[in-house]
Amino acid sequence: MNSTAPTLPVSLAANPKLSSWVKFGSDGQVTLSPGKVEIGQGIVTALAQIAADELDIDLARVRMVRATTAGSPNEGVTSGSLSIQQSGRAIRAACAEIRQIFLLAAADKLGVNAGALDIEDGTISGPGNVSTSYWELAGEVSLDRDATPGATAKPIAKRALAGQPVQRLDIPDKVFGHRRFIHDMALPGMLHGRVMRPENSQAKLQGLRDDAARAVPGFVAVFRDGNFAGVICDSEASADAAVTALRKGANWSAGEALPDENKLADFLKAQPVESTVIDARTSANPGKTARTIKRQYTRPYIAHAAMAPSCAIAQWTGENVHVWTHSQGVYLLRADMALVLRIPVENITVEHLEGAGCYGHNAADDAALDAVLLAKAAGGKPVRVQWTRADEMTHGPFGAAMAIEIEADLDANNEIVAWRHAIWSNGHAARPGRGTKPMLLAGYEIADPFPRAISGNPPQANGGGADRNSIPLYDFPSWKVESHRLLTMPVRTSALRTLGGQGNAFAIESFLDEIAAERGEDPVAFRLRHLKDERARDVIRAAAKLANWKPAAKPGIGYGVGYSRYKNTGAYCAAVAEIEGDEDIRVRKLWLATDVGEAINPDGVSNQIEGGAIQATSWVLKERVRFDRERITSSSWTEYPILTFSETPQVEVQVIQRSEIDPVGAGEAAHGPVTAAIANAVFDCLGVRVRNLPITRDALIAAMAAS
Amino acid sequence: MPSVRFRLNGAPTEVDADPDRPLLDILRGRLGVTGPHFGCGAGECGACHVIVGDRAITSCDAPLWSVADKDVTTLEGLGSAEKPHPLQRAFIAEQAMQCGYCVAGILMSAAALLKQNPKPTETDVRTALDRNLCRCGSQNRIVRAVLRAANEMAAS
Repeated sequence: MNSTAPTLPVSLAANPKLSSWVKFGSDGQVTLSPGKVEIGQGIVTALAQIAADELDIDLARVRMVRATTAGSPNEGVTSGSLSIQQSGRAIRAACAEIRQIFLLAAADKLGVNAGALDIEDGTISGPGNVSTSYWELAGEVSLDRDATPGATAKPIAKRALAGQPVQRLDIPDKVFGHRRFIHDMALPGMLHGRVMRPENSQAKLQGLRDDAARAVPGFVAVFRDGNFAGVICDSEASADAAVTALRKGANWSAGEALPDENKLADFLKAQPVESTVIDARTSANPGKTARTIKRQYTRPYIAHAAMAPSCAIAQWTGENVHVWTHSQGVYLLRADMALVLRIPVENITVEHLEGAGCYGHNAADDAALDAVLLAKAAGGKPVRVQWTRADEMTHGPFGAAMAIEIEADLDANNEIVAWRHAIWSNGHAARPGRGTKPMLLAGYEIADPFPRAISGNPPQANGGGADRNSIPLYDFPSWKVESHRLLTMPVRTSALRTLGGQGNAFAIESFLDEIAAERGEDPVAFRLRHLKDERARDVIRAAAKLANWKPAAKPGIGYGVGYSRYKNTGAYCAAVAEIEGDEDIRVRKLWLATDVGEAINPDGVSNQIEGGAIQATSWVLKERVRFDRERITSSSWTEYPILTFSETPQVEVQVIQRSEIDPVGAGEAAHGPVTAAIANAVFDCLGVRVRNLPITRDALIAAMAAS
Repeated sequence: MPSVRFRLNGAPTEVDADPDRPLLDILRGRLGVTGPHFGCGAGECGACHVIVGDRAITSCDAPLWSVADKDVTTLEGLGSAEKPHPLQRAFIAEQAMQCGYCVAGILMSAAALLKQNPKPTETDVRTALDRNLCRCGSQNRIVRAVLRAANEMAAS
């Protein structure tokens, strides 16, 4: 603890009014309004746990409100594994203060000292059987006041819900088929829209004959604005038929050339770039360099490939529009929509509804603008737009391809003297709502278009972008880390889980493994020798222990380890992989240990780590956005396969609970360590270093040929 | 327009529609049955699985005519909050999902599997679910939930 004055958690400082977070109904319910949204990560439940705990109420009394620009706190975007950190801390502080406010009001009303009062499931009682409740007092206690810093949350020992694996609030709806997803929502009079997009990258619509589309039964309207065109019909089936007819009447230009997918590193390193030194450390007493080794690693473009295509509903009433979306940031989306529509933000209401699992900046925001544009032609009726599978796989933003070069100076004992890490990549962030130009696909397509934004990188203070996890966590004597951000962007990129973290951890941990192997040193021991942070050492030791490191060698089986601390400031995670390798690689088992500080819902953390581990395995073994020189070709699950049930490894997760440390998110911690662990296990098994992801049969053959 | 008759979750149902239209489109668009989800429209992801007879099929690429006079069961017909199917109980107990969009189809695949093979091994379950994709990485929890339901059904 330090002695500086207490401050509010960031989200509470930005949205200080207590009533914007919590309201007491007269019906014994508590309404909680976080600005973060459910994207399949279980955040709604974890936040409800925190609130119920601080307020001393039953979890069943908490009603969670979905984020909306019509009144929710503005918490920016649900990303970066920050929801527990930002929303959770704000809710804990707000509820601790609210609890105190009510205790004082109750003391006043009951004529007893506040210190003598207890709260049990919202009933506030004291000596002599006097009692009242939040709900009795709600009419007299105004929460329309700003939070004050320094509210004291419950001591850890008194927390009854936070830290417990309570069942998620949204799961019953999902197993019983209740309408919870935006895809399943129906509004009265709702029409269905489909947008027509070109196959060739950034092709321009040079001519359009729409008579065949108009002839489709159920047709309502065609909407065209420059290169943006779509149809509205009275049913999805009609909309599908009409957009198919519209496509036949469209004449597109050739489009913009795409790079050679088989020469990604060459492409990335040949582009104009903006170069930034991310970090440098020098040593007054460097060791003597005996030799220098250099390796290059690449990862391909990776698709979000959510199970559901993006979907949105929009309805115009006069000059105002209401939008339902599975966007990660309702306020940010609203800001960009206002830019595209050239209307004040006050005219736009954006409300969140759940979509399929979201792993970053996918096409949700683009689909929302599509719906808003098409709904202009709907005469005030709501229009639901759902993308096709092919559009979802080809037109949404992708995780950026990366080329990473690491060079190490080694002394005569193969100890690391100096370390140089350089990244070539498109930016990993082009999220809406943060600039003066909109970052929405249709905004680039309309007749009066906005310039197509080139992705940027968040600063290191926010975890960095391409450079995320590029600064060594190990105590090397000196290093230099440099990032080269591309100033061209033939393939559209934005934030995908971990941003550059997966690529950088893959490169660093693979390279370390190679140096350890050259030294004949155990890779776990090697890492521990270079780490002082006890939390880091603990997760590595825990994962190694889970895996019984290092299991005896067996023919055809290999073991590898990987470690990272997400963003260098977030969750710690270590992974051990067991793989079976011959012509192909099968990942049989993953053991992971993680430390997120206080795990609000340990089962939720475990679920996120396991899910991240399995998704990372899919990325590593199978995933690569495919394209020829004209268009993205991986437009279906056949061309963009992901891990199947039979291919899924067994996963064991240990969550190291540290209730005394502020919590951080778990959603992105596993990808880097798992990627590295698999690659290192491949070397252990086959004696070959695969430095280009994904590790397919072709990549194995290429790596063997190169070595 | 010809009419096609089938039983939907036990109820006699008659639809006047082009018999070549996908069953999923009829279920969701005409009948308001949103349990089965659209994922790809090409029979590749399994989010739209429904049970026809005793087999799970992809309703997004099954024409309406193919279910004429047959029994079609969707997630809505599997069980309810009041009377849950053992699989639904098991998915809650194992917290067997992240986003849950794929689970609508996976529950139907699993239900068909348990009808045909009440005592599946883990490998049987994985093989049966290879026609379903999950992007969030909940495969292992889902497999555990299916095995839990099988055990529960065998014990009762």
